Amino acid sequence: MGRQVLENLSNFWPETVLTITVCVAIVANLIFRKNAKLISYISLAGVLTAGFLVTRQIGMSQSVFSGMAAVDPFAVFFKLLIATTSVVIILFSMYSAEVQATFKRAGEYYSLLAALTLGMFLMAGATNLLMMVLAMELTSLSSYILAGYTKEAPDSSEASLKYIIYGALSSGLMLYGISIIFGLTGATDVYGVNRALVSGQTSYIALLVASILIIAGFGYKISAVPFHFWTPDVYEGAPVTITAFLSVASKAAGFAMMIRFFFMTLTVGAPLSDGTWLALQGFEWNKILAILSVLTMTLGNLVAVWQNNLKRLLAYSSIAHAGYMLMGVVVLSDKGLAAVLIYFVVYLFMNLGAFYVVMLVANKTGSEDIDSYKGMGYRSPLIGVAMVIFFISLTGLPPTAGFIGKLFLFVALLDAKWIWLAVVGAINSVVSLYYYVRVLRNMFLRDPEGDAGLIRFSPGQVIILLVLLIPTLLFGIYYAPIVEFANASVLMFRIQ
Amino acid sequence: MSPAEFLQWLKTPGLNHFLILSALLFSLGIYAILSRRNAIMVLMGIELILNAANINFIAFSRYSTGTLDGQIVAIFVIILAAAEVAIALAIVLNIYQTFNTVNVDEINQLKD
Repeated sequence: MGRQVLENLSNFWPETVLTITVCVAIVANLIFRKNAKLISYISLAGVLTAGFLVTRQIGMSQSVFSGMAAVDPFAVFFKLLIATTSVVIILFSMYSAEVQATFKRAGEYYSLLAALTLGMFLMAGATNLLMMVLAMELTSLSSYILAGYTKEAPDSSEASLKYIIYGALSSGLMLYGISIIFGLTGATDVYGVNRALVSGQTSYIALLVASILIIAGFGYKISAVPFHFWTPDVYEGAPVTITAFLSVASKAAGFAMMIRFFFMTLTVGAPLSDGTWLALQGFEWNKILAILSVLTMTLGNLVAVWQNNLKRLLAYSSIAHAGYMLMGVVVLSDKGLAAVLIYFVVYLFMNLGAFYVVMLVANKTGSEDIDSYKGMGYRSPLIGVAMVIFFISLTGLPPTAGFIGKLFLFVALLDAKWIWLAVVGAINSVVSLYYYVRVLRNMFLRDPEGDAGLIRFSPGQVIILLVLLIPTLLFGIYYAPIVEFANASVLMFRIQ
Repeated sequence: MSPAEFLQWLKTPGLNHFLILSALLFSLGIYAILSRRNAIMVLMGIELILNAANINFIAFSRYSTGTLDGQIVAIFVIILAAAEVAIALAIVLNIYQTFNTVNVDEINQLKD
């Protein structure tokens, strides 16, 4: 028993390192009260080490801690994605005026960021329903506090209150759903649940109710309609760095957990030889997700058109993107899953980039209004060009990476004969062009109001911008490595 | 079911009794969240939902699966609820200091 635990711990190094980082960041803050820089470097080093340790798990596929979590290509992919986001966000934080203004509490901020990363790592690997709930709560609790981190600002306080009420409600609903699943199957690990559902006659209605309640929990994490109400308020009120983190990593972790839950429990065993999965006999849950997907992207795109705050606009755009990614889950094939993974890589760079531009401009002008972007293309050509590329990529036009992400999603949909869903997705992309271009029009075709001086940035800030900008362009042309990595990463550990 | 039979049914508690109780608690929790405007009351509604799930877990563990899994989950959920409420109350306190109210309808600066 003892040896087994030690053996399992050796597969748990990334999580262990993150836990240590949380503690060290808190203690360091007590000792070096005035040195916020040091604490940010400690957390950066911690997350980088964790990310490096994850790369050593590439190719592994096994279950650890008696079925509590899995270390498999699928989890490793999402852990890498989350670690990358976390590193970028820590770099953002070093240059964010909002975060720097509260440097006395830097220890809190960075240790919570590390805890948030840890929670998402666990979400990516969790294979036990209890573990899923605990990982999701660890993520949520850290993000509630971080959303209200600049607590002197009323917006930020309001954001954290709305976040915790919606969050606690949906995790409560999810827990109730899980308790019904537990009653139906008598197991808490996904493999046991699957075995019981495949072999036994379970009540269809009970399973449907339980699934809908569980979808409420996942839907809140990935901000799918109708569980999206918190998204615009929290994204607008929270510090930009946290908003960017939530919009990418939190969504990725939610998708990872959702895909694992649905594909491991509510399907008939392993995928067929051509990579398609079969939903449980008589219970086609992917149709529910298809409806959610259509609602999510349509509402996200339509409401984004009316927004005047850029952070709020990006919040609705991120809701819409969750809808696009749900399409990849609906098709129930390895190809669809790979498309979701590819989309996430692309989404990481373009969305973080867009939020980074918002942060840089807010640092200088103190405003996130679309009107304050008038003439920005001339006040800072670099910002202007970067924003054009990020927004074109978010729309999904070639030659940017966003096009590749959408292309693979649509190919997977057409292969599985989900033509009507592909058409809805394509129409939605067209709608999204309108509100992205509205911002670009303000930047280039309108004269600046008031202050029209040039805006300059430090070399560090420019380097971070380029780190996000270059992949957004490069992956639009040279995407073979991501596709290969994503295809290899759809493999989820399962007990034979 | 005659009254006498109903009393007899009540006297011999089984799985169904607990499931009905938890469903009632769950519905009351949802009702509290939808109808109460005080943030603290909304949080209490959420606690009711969590406890409804707990009752389910323990009842299934006792009557249907025969393993301890459900009871372990319930213990974790209790801890989780405590952690969640600690953070929620801190946030509500902060809201009170900023807005001077804990009425969720009046806290609406962020709007479309």
